[in-house]
Amino acid sequence: MKKNVDKKILWKLFQSMFVLSACTFGGGFVIVSLMKKKFVEELKWIEEDEMLDITAITQSSPGPLPVNASVIIGYRMGGIIGALTAILGTIIPPMVIISVICLFYTQFRTNTYIAIALQVMRAGVAAVILDVVYNLATNVCKTRRALYIGMMIVSFIATYFFGISAMIIILVCLGIGITDLLIHLNKQNKKGVTIK
Amino acid sequence: MTILKLFFSFLQVGLFSVGGGYAAIPLIQDQIVNVHQMMTIEEFTDLITIAEMTPGPISINSSTFVGTRLSGVIGAIICTLGVIIPSFIICLTLAHFYYKYRSFSGVQIVLSALRPAVVALIGSAGISILMLALFQTDFHNLQFSNFKIIEFVLFVGCFFLLRKFKANAITIILGSGVVGTCIYLIAGMI
Repeated sequence: MKKNVDKKILWKLFQSMFVLSACTFGGGFVIVSLMKKKFVEELKWIEEDEMLDITAITQSSPGPLPVNASVIIGYRMGGIIGALTAILGTIIPPMVIISVICLFYTQFRTNTYIAIALQVMRAGVAAVILDVVYNLATNVCKTRRALYIGMMIVSFIATYFFGISAMIIILVCLGIGITDLLIHLNKQNKKGVTIK
Repeated sequence: MTILKLFFSFLQVGLFSVGGGYAAIPLIQDQIVNVHQMMTIEEFTDLITIAEMTPGPISINSSTFVGTRLSGVIGAIICTLGVIIPSFIICLTLAHFYYKYRSFSGVQIVLSALRPAVVALIGSAGISILMLALFQTDFHNLQFSNFKIIEFVLFVGCFFLLRKFKANAITIILGSGVVGTCIYLIAGMI
């Protein structure tokens, strides 16, 4: 990684993480969808495949998803300094919000308007995630590999209908990927071509 | 001294909560309610409710909450550091290896197999939230009599704006909250 990181990039990184973290209601996958929109579509800092790899790494590491994802994206953009910048952007909003709410949390919890706003906001959150998923799923289908399309469908059924944990699904798919690689290498060897 | 103990408790939470927020809840409960008795179970339930109502990861929310109560801002910072230090070290290491080897074609073949699964996982999270918005429950206890028409209209509207006009995601999320609450107010349902 470069030693002199562009200050503008660091500032933009901090700003982006701060806004995403402050506005992300719901679990880790919400913020992953938003990060995809921000860093892949808007800023074009990272590629779509890369974002999916980052999500897989985040899912299989311990700790909060948004923090994990910001560490990796931060590292990509500005090394260790970048990772620290991104992590700060991610944790400051929830820390400030909780510190404030901590003072008068019964009023907050029993407020009808807040309860309604949070309920209806889920409709918007679902729309954002499913918009991202629509694009991602289309790209998986474009690979035209039955294996990948099949894995996507089976993974969905396993996690949504049977509640199998994300970690197990990723590990199984990792196994399939390694098998796929071995088959590939075997074919290449037969043809007498070596893989780099 | 208590703050140091809490730091190590949250370090454990950070280290052993694999797979996102909900995996962390039992760990936090064990450390904070059972081991250190920093909170009663009722207060802990309130904390989970608040954590769900506010942005941000549940473990960061609880470390801030517990830390603030114990010794204000400094406490919050120390406890939160405990949660994020393991994440930071582990993800930095993984990121380093990922960027070092990801251009190798062999690694690409393996990673390509992971991507469809990740799409499915994000999709599943999206459908779960949609079910929660439309029926206020997950699909296992689905009852069509609970169908929320206002949320459905909002969802369709937001999805249309995102696909057709590439609307900004943050605007959509905050906007749906404001517009939805206003509709409830006008309809006299509050």
